[in-house]
Amino acid sequence: MRNANLTAHYYDLDEHDHPEGGSTLLGFWLYLMSDCLIFAMLFAAYGVLGGNYAAGPGPRDLFELPLVALNTAMLLFSSMTYGFAMIEMQRGRVGGVQGWLVATALFGAAFLSIELYEFSHLIADGATPQRSAFLSSFFTLVGTHGLHVTFGLVWLGTLLVQLAQHGLTEANKRRLLCLSMFWHFLDVIWIGVFTFVYLMGILR
Amino acid sequence: MPNPDQTWTPLLGRLSLDAIPLHEPILVATFAVVALGGVALLAALTYFRVWGYLWKEWFTSVDHKKIGVMYMVLGLVMFLRGFADALMMRMQQAVAFNGNDGFLPAHHYDQVFTAHGVIMIFFVAMPFVTGLMNFVVPLQIGARDVSFPFLNNFSFWMTASGAVLVMASLFVGEFAQTGWLAYPPLSSLAYSPGVGVDYYIWALQIAGVGTTLSGINLIATIIKLRAPGMTMMRMPVFTWTALCTNVLIVASFPVLTAVLALLSLGRYVGTNFFTNDFGGSPMMYVNLIWIWGHPEVYILILPLFGVYSEITSTFSSKRLFGYTSMVYATVVITVLSYVVWLHHFFTMGSGASVNSFFGITTMVISIPTGAKMFNWLFTMYRGRIRFELPMMWTVAFMLTFVIGGMTGVMLAVPPADFVLHNSLFLIAHFHNVIIGGVVFGVFAAINYWWPKAFGFKLEPFWGKVSFWCWVPGFWLAFAPLYVMGLMGVTRRMRVFDDPSLQPYFIVAACGAGLIACGIGAMLVQFGVSIMRREQLRDETGDPWGGRTLEWATSSPPPEYNFAFTPQVHDLDAWEDMKRNAVARPVEGFRAIHMPKSTGAGVILAGIATVFGFAMIWHIWWLAIAGFVTLLLTALAHTFNYHRSYHIPAEAVARTEAERTRQLALVEGV
Amino acid sequence: MSNSHADVPHFSLTDYRTGFFASVVLTAIPFWLVMSGVLANNTLTALVIAGFAVVQVFVHMIYFLHMNTKSEGGWNFLALVFTVIVVGIVLSGSLWVMHHLNQNMMPMPHNMNELP
Repeated sequence: MRNANLTAHYYDLDEHDHPEGGSTLLGFWLYLMSDCLIFAMLFAAYGVLGGNYAAGPGPRDLFELPLVALNTAMLLFSSMTYGFAMIEMQRGRVGGVQGWLVATALFGAAFLSIELYEFSHLIADGATPQRSAFLSSFFTLVGTHGLHVTFGLVWLGTLLVQLAQHGLTEANKRRLLCLSMFWHFLDVIWIGVFTFVYLMGILR
Repeated sequence: MPNPDQTWTPLLGRLSLDAIPLHEPILVATFAVVALGGVALLAALTYFRVWGYLWKEWFTSVDHKKIGVMYMVLGLVMFLRGFADALMMRMQQAVAFNGNDGFLPAHHYDQVFTAHGVIMIFFVAMPFVTGLMNFVVPLQIGARDVSFPFLNNFSFWMTASGAVLVMASLFVGEFAQTGWLAYPPLSSLAYSPGVGVDYYIWALQIAGVGTTLSGINLIATIIKLRAPGMTMMRMPVFTWTALCTNVLIVASFPVLTAVLALLSLGRYVGTNFFTNDFGGSPMMYVNLIWIWGHPEVYILILPLFGVYSEITSTFSSKRLFGYTSMVYATVVITVLSYVVWLHHFFTMGSGASVNSFFGITTMVISIPTGAKMFNWLFTMYRGRIRFELPMMWTVAFMLTFVIGGMTGVMLAVPPADFVLHNSLFLIAHFHNVIIGGVVFGVFAAINYWWPKAFGFKLEPFWGKVSFWCWVPGFWLAFAPLYVMGLMGVTRRMRVFDDPSLQPYFIVAACGAGLIACGIGAMLVQFGVSIMRREQLRDETGDPWGGRTLEWATSSPPPEYNFAFTPQVHDLDAWEDMKRNAVARPVEGFRAIHMPKSTGAGVILAGIATVFGFAMIWHIWWLAIAGFVTLLLTALAHTFNYHRSYHIPAEAVARTEAERTRQLALVEGV
Repeated sequence: MSNSHADVPHFSLTDYRTGFFASVVLTAIPFWLVMSGVLANNTLTALVIAGFAVVQVFVHMIYFLHMNTKSEGGWNFLALVFTVIVVGIVLSGSLWVMHHLNQNMMPMPHNMNELP
């Protein structure tokens, strides 16, 4: 009898299935930390090389702060609309989630369009990534952020389809939560970008 | 755009028949051997009809044990390639005196030393370490698998993909000639216009994705999937070192990803991060790459420190001395590894204040390592020591690594480093710590955990032959390099003017030859053990008297590891269960929830390989197609919501009954 | 110690509203400071807007990302702290090292008399 009690003490005989996806949110957060480090490297490169204009155009010649302010607003609004999507998810309303996701996508697309417009103007004016180390690091840092936003939009579109197919299952809710973390994280990075690249650039 | 001197066609990019090095006899001979051997292998696999088995049971498996074994196999295969490069260098340097130019022309020799470093670090040491952690950690924490089993499979195949690209560079095109860290400006497009550096970049970027994801996977596993009662301070030391290693991976590989991306932007787009003009700074590359590079070497050694802890306590039949200080030492090493990186470039000119800071931090980081060494010694003191092979390798490590560590502290003194930087002394130092620490540790771990993985022990005789070839062989190969380094001989030299150096290089070549015998003996050990596996069978699952939970399972463990999750009440959980004579549960089994195998990992990595190859050769249409296919395939995979199944309770009961029967036979009951 | 429950944060309208308005203010003021040049001193402006950025990052972390010390048994927070420390070391270390390298390795005039 003592042996049977010991066995029960050392083994979980009444074990229940682990809910699937218990590690997902932590795992995704860890991935975001690694992404943070990639951006930190790009910021470091910009910090070291951002003053090397190679006798070419510098921030004051190139940056249009009103446009950047508009862009910042687009991204901030998209964070808000994603937040509203999360509240709808909490209320269990698939339609509400989908609607606010579409709104997020529109703001995100606006952000990207403005950024592409800015980039194309810079390049047309001869301020290409190849012109100087300053421009190389500018385009790489801001461009990498833009690429992340693009990927986020692709993911968002995929989730819209998957929500339509399966509704607010546990798996889909996990995915929405991950995209939420990703989207807000991109907004955090943007704070760094508009402050240290655009605003400080004008101040140099 | 690429060098206008090279031909480029829309269909094949830079690729043409010129890419096949038919004019290099060594490569032609190598290719002939590899082709013949490869064809023979493929023919055998087909003849014995094992493709289906391999695909179903191994390639598509998401089982951490299978993936761990595949990592070890990859590491072993690449080890043979990397060692071949080493032999070539030793032979070249032993003969290239008195006007003899040797048999390796410069552009070939430079690829050999570059490939040697890249392969040994990225495709031997990393897979070995990842394989060990993958196999052992879930078992040690009482879990059934890692947190993200599919991602685990994908990570393996991405690493394999990188290895494939490096091997492909042998026969199609060329490899980098820049050294294993590919410093610009040499690695920039202007000075390395060929495909070599591109092979380097894409092999590492693809493998790097796998490694980073594996890091995230194992951290999540250790945090979330520990058995009930296993608090952090009741985790086995190997699991602690695995946790810290994976933290280092997640917190350092992104740096490598970013730096290589900046390097490749320069080569593909013409950006000016590391150029000499337009405001670039090549020194910035050196700075950034070593911010990754230093944590990387701790990634390589920390798991092996964990291995040594497990082996020392098991084979001294004693609880590990100073568990708490071991944990703290590991965590301290993890944090400090971020503040020493500049010691790799003291001579680049940052000045006295910066050099002093990093010199001091470098010396400080040797202290926790020393603490570990004392803990191992105190564990052995008054223990009942059994000198089985794992323990033999551990003792060899203690003696070898300590000396290597001491030469490291010598190098940490900036003025000394000004003499010794990039000399053969440096080469001897890092081979001392990597071979003495990582390689000996991997051999110890293989001998230790082989029975658990395969159900039979490794045959000791050939293992001892291997040991007695390796240890003297290592010293013979590298002691001359210490001496020559102190005399001022530079690394990566192909030909020498001073004939008085030749005897040293000949001794070193003999050492390499002895090591080759050691490697051969190890392969014989594997072969003989497989052939005599019935005599070497491990019936109990605990052949060494282990103390941690992996030894509570059968050898090999069932797919699900544990029929019932253990509950942990103390450090050395299995030793605790044995001491209290806890009976194994033999009834009441339930269905077990398991992840399904999938081919998605193989397919995605395969597409990544094609994409990498296309980018290397500037085959733009294929690169775009590859990238789009990769993205679409990954997205398609996300539409698969049915990734798990249940092993029925009857199947579990059958497996467990078989184990009960086996154990009863052993006990003679 | 396995944690069976995923730590899903609670989403509230108040959180998002607060975060949004705080972010708007914390963004508008730096833009205004730079565009109007109200603080004559550029270094001071730089410090102020850097401070605002740090505060806004906290705002996003707390109100949008629901960062707290409890989720996932405190591991989320620990991971964040570790990342911030590593990023801090790497950024400040790189700037310090590169500054010294640039200073020491600057191309030198041929005539030593030209040195300051």
